[in-house]
Amino acid sequence: MPKNPNIKKVIVIGSGPIVIGQAAEFDYAGTQACRALREEGIFVILINSNPATIMTDKNIADEVYIEPLTPEIVKKVIMKEKPDSILPTLGGQAALNIAMELEESGFLRQHNVRLIGTSAKTIKKAEDRDEFKKTMEKIGEPIAPSKVVTNVEDGLDFVKVIGYPAVLRPAYTLGGSGGGIAANEEEFVEILENGLRLSRVGQVLVERCIAGWKEIEYEVMRDANGTGICVCNMENLDPVGVHTGDSIVVAPSQTLADKEYQMLRSSALNIISELKITGGCNVQFALNPDSFEYCVIEVNPRVSRSSALASKATGYPIAKVSAKIALGYHLDEIKNAITGKTYASFEPALDYCVVKIPRLPFDKFIKASRKLTTQMKATGEVMSICTNFEGALMKALRSLEQHVNSLIYEDLGERPLEEIHEELHRVDDRRIFVVAEAIRRGITLEEIQNITKIDLWFLDKIENIVNMEKRLASEELTKELMFEAKRIEFPDEVIAQITGKTKEEIHDLRFSYDIHPAYKMVDTCAAEFEASTPYYYSCYDGECEVDATRTRKKVLVLGSGPIRIGQGIEFDFCSVHSTWALSESGYETIIINNNPETVSTDFDIADKLYFEPLTAEDVEAIVNLEKPDGAVVQFGGQTAIKLTEDLLKMGVPILGTSAENVDAAEDRELFDEILEKCCIPRPAGKTVFTCEEALEAANELGYPVLVRPSYVLGGQGMQIAISDEDIVEFMDIINRTVQEHPILVDKYLMGKEVEVDAVCDGEDILIPGIMEHVERAGIHSGDSISVYPARSLSDKVKRVLEDYTRKLATSLHVIGLINIQFIVYQDEVYVIEVNPRSSRTVPYISKVTGIPIVDLASKVIIGEKIRNLGYEPGLQPESEYYAVKMPVFSFEKLRGAEISLGPEMKSTGECLGIAKDFNEALYKAFLGNGVDLPKHKKMVLTVKDSDKLDAVEIGKRFAALGYEIYSTRSTCRVLNENGIPAKPINKVEQPSPNLLDLILSHEIDLVIDTPAQGIERSKDGFIIRRHAIETGVTVLTSLDTAAALLTSLEKANKEHLTLVDICKL
Amino acid sequence: MKAFLILEDGHVFEGKSVGCTEEIISEIVFNTSMTGYLEVLTDPSYAGQAVCMTYPLIGNYGICFEDMEADKPWQSGFITREIAKLPSNFRNQESLEKFLVDNKITGIEGVDTRAITKILREKGTMRGMITTDENYNLEAVIPKLKEYEIGDVVRLTTCKEIQHFEGDGFKVAVIDLGAKKNIIRELTKRGCNVTVYPSYTKAETILEAKPDGIMLTNGPGDPKTNVGVIEEIKKLFATKVPIFAICLGHQLLALANGADTEKMKYGHRGANHPVKDLKTGKVYISTQNHGYMVKESTIDRDIAEVSFVNVNDGTVEGVHYLGKNVQTVQFHPEACAGPLDTNYLFDEFMNMMEVSK
Repeated sequence: MPKNPNIKKVIVIGSGPIVIGQAAEFDYAGTQACRALREEGIFVILINSNPATIMTDKNIADEVYIEPLTPEIVKKVIMKEKPDSILPTLGGQAALNIAMELEESGFLRQHNVRLIGTSAKTIKKAEDRDEFKKTMEKIGEPIAPSKVVTNVEDGLDFVKVIGYPAVLRPAYTLGGSGGGIAANEEEFVEILENGLRLSRVGQVLVERCIAGWKEIEYEVMRDANGTGICVCNMENLDPVGVHTGDSIVVAPSQTLADKEYQMLRSSALNIISELKITGGCNVQFALNPDSFEYCVIEVNPRVSRSSALASKATGYPIAKVSAKIALGYHLDEIKNAITGKTYASFEPALDYCVVKIPRLPFDKFIKASRKLTTQMKATGEVMSICTNFEGALMKALRSLEQHVNSLIYEDLGERPLEEIHEELHRVDDRRIFVVAEAIRRGITLEEIQNITKIDLWFLDKIENIVNMEKRLASEELTKELMFEAKRIEFPDEVIAQITGKTKEEIHDLRFSYDIHPAYKMVDTCAAEFEASTPYYYSCYDGECEVDATRTRKKVLVLGSGPIRIGQGIEFDFCSVHSTWALSESGYETIIINNNPETVSTDFDIADKLYFEPLTAEDVEAIVNLEKPDGAVVQFGGQTAIKLTEDLLKMGVPILGTSAENVDAAEDRELFDEILEKCCIPRPAGKTVFTCEEALEAANELGYPVLVRPSYVLGGQGMQIAISDEDIVEFMDIINRTVQEHPILVDKYLMGKEVEVDAVCDGEDILIPGIMEHVERAGIHSGDSISVYPARSLSDKVKRVLEDYTRKLATSLHVIGLINIQFIVYQDEVYVIEVNPRSSRTVPYISKVTGIPIVDLASKVIIGEKIRNLGYEPGLQPESEYYAVKMPVFSFEKLRGAEISLGPEMKSTGECLGIAKDFNEALYKAFLGNGVDLPKHKKMVLTVKDSDKLDAVEIGKRFAALGYEIYSTRSTCRVLNENGIPAKPINKVEQPSPNLLDLILSHEIDLVIDTPAQGIERSKDGFIIRRHAIETGVTVLTSLDTAAALLTSLEKANKEHLTLVDICKL
Repeated sequence: MKAFLILEDGHVFEGKSVGCTEEIISEIVFNTSMTGYLEVLTDPSYAGQAVCMTYPLIGNYGICFEDMEADKPWQSGFITREIAKLPSNFRNQESLEKFLVDNKITGIEGVDTRAITKILREKGTMRGMITTDENYNLEAVIPKLKEYEIGDVVRLTTCKEIQHFEGDGFKVAVIDLGAKKNIIRELTKRGCNVTVYPSYTKAETILEAKPDGIMLTNGPGDPKTNVGVIEEIKKLFATKVPIFAICLGHQLLALANGADTEKMKYGHRGANHPVKDLKTGKVYISTQNHGYMVKESTIDRDIAEVSFVNVNDGTVEGVHYLGKNVQTVQFHPEACAGPLDTNYLFDEFMNMMEVSK
C-alpha cells in the first residue's frame, strides 16, 4: 500500500537528555526518521528537551520545540500545532510513555491525532507485564515464570514452584537496588524483605533464574500487510545476567546452528505478528545452552539501542524504514538505500563479524560498584567490523580509548593464580581480560566455561589471541607471523610491546613486508548485489574495494568515539555539522568513527564512512589510501585532538588552528607567556610531577587549590584540595596511570564561572553569546547549570570578556572554534581554561542564538572570513530569550557512585529550558530534568559547617513554600536559632527512626546535602545520598543549585508555560 | 598445505587446503546463508558445484548428523574464509574439518570469499578448479575448465530404489530428483504415507499406487537435460492428482507445459530471498538454491499464472496452474537451511489433497 494521504503533519517525540540506558542512539534514529518523513513531504514537528542533539536542528524538522518532555508540554504543542499524527516509537521509553498517557487519557482522540508507527494496543501488549504474559501464553511463546509478591509468605510459596536460584526485583527502585539472586531460602527471605521495604509500592517480582543461558536478540520489522523480516540477530558473549547494553555483543550469532537460529527467528516473527507491530521491534531471548529450550525475555516495540547497533552492523536503516512503514508503506515498496536496487523486504546477509563493547564509566566513578547486572551502567559503546572475531574484538578494545589496546590488562599478569581464579567468578567490565589471563595461566577452557558460562567458541577465539601473544614473544617476527598477527588485528604498538621493539620498528618492518589493511564494504547483501554506499571496514585478508580516486578536495573528519562522561553527543553534533558544511563547500568528506549510536556513522552523512578505531595506526592506513588534503580535528573532542601530532607526522595538514597552537593552550609555560603578553590574569598556578612538588606548590599558593592532569577530558582527575592529606590522596590517584604531561596545581578562586564559545578566522572573532554558571567555580562546567544570556555581569565585564576572547583567539592563532572559561571574582576577570576546539556548549549556544557556529567555523577553516559569511564580528546582540542548560545525571544507575559534585564531571547529559522569562526558563530546565516539585512538601536539609549560614536563607525560603524540613542535629540547631521550624532527625548510624527510615518512608521530595570537601567526606552523607537517589528522590549537593530551584519554584508560573519554536528564533 | 582456487577467467586465489586434497573441477557458485553450512553441504542440488560461503566464519557449531539433508555431502568442493577449529554447540558431534576429510570433500580456506563472490556476481557463474598443485599451469588448466559440464546429475542424486515411509494420512508419491530430506520430513510430520520414487520411474508405476498427491522435489543441474523425466511429468500432470513441486520440480513442470527455462547470471543461493505472494501482496523470506529459472514470457497464460515473484529481481518464484490442483515454487519451503516462513505451503498441499479426495 502506498503512503497514507491523510498523514500530513506529524509530531515526533525525542528521548530527552542522555542518561545511562537512553543515549545517542535515539538522536541517530530520530534524525534518520525525521529526514525520511520530510523526504515524503510530511510536515514534521519535533519535541525533545535535549539541545545537544542533531534532531533538534532547524534543518531536521519544520518546527522544533526544545521543551521538557512531559505529557502537559506535549499536549500544549499538539494544541498549538494541530498535527494529524504522532510518532512515538523513535524516542525510546520516554516518548512511548508520554504517547501512551495521552492516548489512554483520550487526549489524542479529542484532538484528532492518531498514533502512527505502532498502535496503543500493541504498545500495551508489549509493555504491560500482565498483558505481555497473557499474549505470550496465547501464542505458546515461553517466558520465564514470574510473580509479583507483596509479602514474604507469597514469595516463599512461589519460589517453591520455580526453585532456586530465584531472581528478585523490587518494583520502582532505580539501579536495580534491593534486587538480587537468591540461592537458598535464607538469602531469599533477606533480599525479599529488604526489597519490599525499598519499593515505593511494596512489590517485588520473583522470577525463575535463567542466568547463564545464552542471550540472543533479534531485530525484526513488520509492515501493515503482515510482512515480517529479521534485520539482524545478535549474540551476547556475556550470558544472561548482564544487561545487553553492558554485554559484549556479536552480530550475527556465532554459536547457533540453523535450527536454533530459525527457531528463534520464527518465534520473533510470531510475536510481532501477534502484537501487530508496524515498524521495528527488538525481541530478546534466553536460550538454554544445552537444549532447544528458550524464554522470551523482553520485547521493545520501538527503535532501541539494539536497533541502532543492528542498523550499523548490517547497513539496514531501521529507523528510516520504520518511519516509512508508519506512513503506510509496505516493506516491498521501500527501496534499500544501500544497494539502490533491492527493497527493504529482505534480510541482510553479513559477510563479516561485528563486535560491540560497552563503554563503562568506572574511570569516573572509582567508588562505584563495577559489578555488571541487569541494570545497565554503560554510557556508550563502540562497534568494530572485521572478517574474523578475534580481529573485531581487538579493534573494538582499542576503540574504547581506555589505554588498553589488547587483552593484556594492567597488573593481572602479576597476580597469583588463585586470585585470577577468584576473579573469574566476578562479573564486571574487566572479565574479558581476566578470561584472557586465565587462559594465559593454563586454566582450561572448560573450567572457564563452567565458571563464566561464556560459550567455548568465544573462549577458543580468546585463546587464539593469547596464543598469538605467546608466538610473538617467542618466535622470530617473520612475514607470516606478522601477517597472522595483523589478520587478527594486533596493533603495531602491542606487537612492539610483546616483542620488545619500538612501535616505529614494527611499523617499518610491517611496511617492508608490505602488510597493509584492505577495506571492505558493508553492503547488506554479502556482495550479492552491487552497492553504492561507501561504508567501509578494514581487514588484512583480502583485496581493497575502495575507489580512492580524487575528484574534489578531500577532507578527513575525525569523530569522537564512544560516548563517555565528559565527551558526549555534542561532539557528534559538531562532527556532523562540520561534515555537512564542508560538503556544501565542495569538499569530499571522509568520516572515521567507531560509535554505532551516532548520526555521524549513518551511511549517508559523509561521502565515505570508515568504521574504524581512532588510533594513529588505524587512521594512518586510511590516510595512506585516501591521501586527504587535510584533516579536521577540532570537532571530535579530545579523541580527535589527540591525533593531531600523528596526523602531522603522516603529512596531513590540520585544517584550522595549528597543532602548535593547540599545544600552546595546554602547555602551561607557553600559555603563561601568551597571557602575560595579552595582560590577562589567571589564578596563580604551578606545574608539578611528583607529590612532593605538588605539596610545595599548594602550600606556596595557599589552600584551597585545584589539582588536575593536563590534556584531559571533562576535568578527569580534577579535585579541589584543602589540605596536604588531600594532595597526597589525589596525586596518588592521578599517578596510578603514567602521566606523559605535567600535573597542574592552581589557586582556587571561588568566583562566578563564565563560559564563551567563539569562532575566529585569524583576524576577527564572533561570540554568539556569554554563558554564566549558576554554581560557583569548583563544580565542573559540564555539571553546572548554565544560563544564556549571562544575567549578573556588568557591561564592563562583558566588554572585558569579549576583549580577552579576541586577544586569546588571535594570539593563539585560532582558526575555527575556541572555548574559554573565565572566573569573575570581585569584578575581576580571570582565565581558567582555554580549549582551541569545539566544546560541550556549542550545540546549545548555536540553537539558542540561532547562529550556526560549527558551520561558520568549518567554513572559516577552509579560508572563509567571518565578515564574508554575513556576520558582523564581535559579541553578538543578546537574545530576548533566556536559555538554561541543566545537567542531567545517571547516578541511580551506578550503585555506590558518589553523587556530590566537584571539579570532575559526572553528568551524562543535559536538557534545556527556554523562555522569555528567566524564572520560567529555569523552571522548565528543572522540569526537563524530571524535577517536578512539590509533591509531599517534605525535605531533608543538612549541610557542611561552612554552608550553615547560607543554609538559613535556603531553609527560610523552603519553609515559606510550606516545606517541612528535617535536619541532622547541627544544621537543625542553626536553622532553629534562625527561626526556621526544622525538625531534628537522627543520623544513619544513630538509632531509628533516623534519616534512612525517613527516606524509605517514600514521602521526601528533596534532599539537600552539601558534603564536606576533600577527604573529610562523611560516610553518613554518602549513604543518605545513595538511598535518596535509588528511591527516586531529588538530591542537590550545592546550595547554589538549591537556590536556583527555589527561584524557579517561587516565581515561575507553572500553569502558563510558553512554547518556543527554535526554528523561529 | 597450500591450495589454489583457479577460476576459468584466470583469477587464482591462494589458500589452505582443508578436507580432501584431491583436485576437483566444478562449477563455482556462492551462497550467502549465515547459518546452515551442513545443510548446504548436503543439499543434492549442489551436485557438480563447489560452493563459496560468503559468511566468513564457518563450522562454528560443528556437525550434527541429524541436520544432514542427504546421506552424504554432494558438493564437489567447499570454499571458505575460516573454518572453526573448536566448534561449540550442545548437539555438535564432530568438527566440520573432520567431516570434510571423512567425506572426501576438497576444500580451501583462507581465501577472500568476498572477492570471489564479486567476480561471480560480475562475470556470472564460472567453472573452476581447487588444487593443491603449486605448479599448476594456467594455460593448460583453463581450457580444461571450459570443457567442464555438470551433465545429467539428477541420475546421480536420485534414490536408487523405491522407499516407503509409513503414515496414516495422505498417500504421497515423491519423485526424487535429488531431494532434500526435509521435504520428506515435512510430509511425514503431517502424517503422510510417503513413497519415494527414483526420478526415472514411469508415470504409470507411480499412478498405479493411486497416490493422493505427487511431490516433485528439488534437484541439481540444467532442467532441460531431464528429457525423459519431463515426458513422465506430462502424464502425471494430465491426471487430476494434486501436484506440489519445488525448485527443479517447478522448472520441469513448466517445461512439461511448454514454457522455457534459462540459466541465470549467478543464480539465487542463500536464505534471505524475498518472494512476494501476488494474491496477498505479502512478502516471505525464503531459502533458495537455483541457477536456472522459468522465463516469465514463455508461460502460457491460458494454462498457468505466476503466483510468486522475487522482490529483488522480479523473476518467477512460483506458478499456479489454472483449473488444476497444481502449485509449484522455485524457492524452498522446506527451508534447511533458512527461514521457515513458507512452510505453510506444505499445509496447502495437504488442503489440495483434501479437496480433491
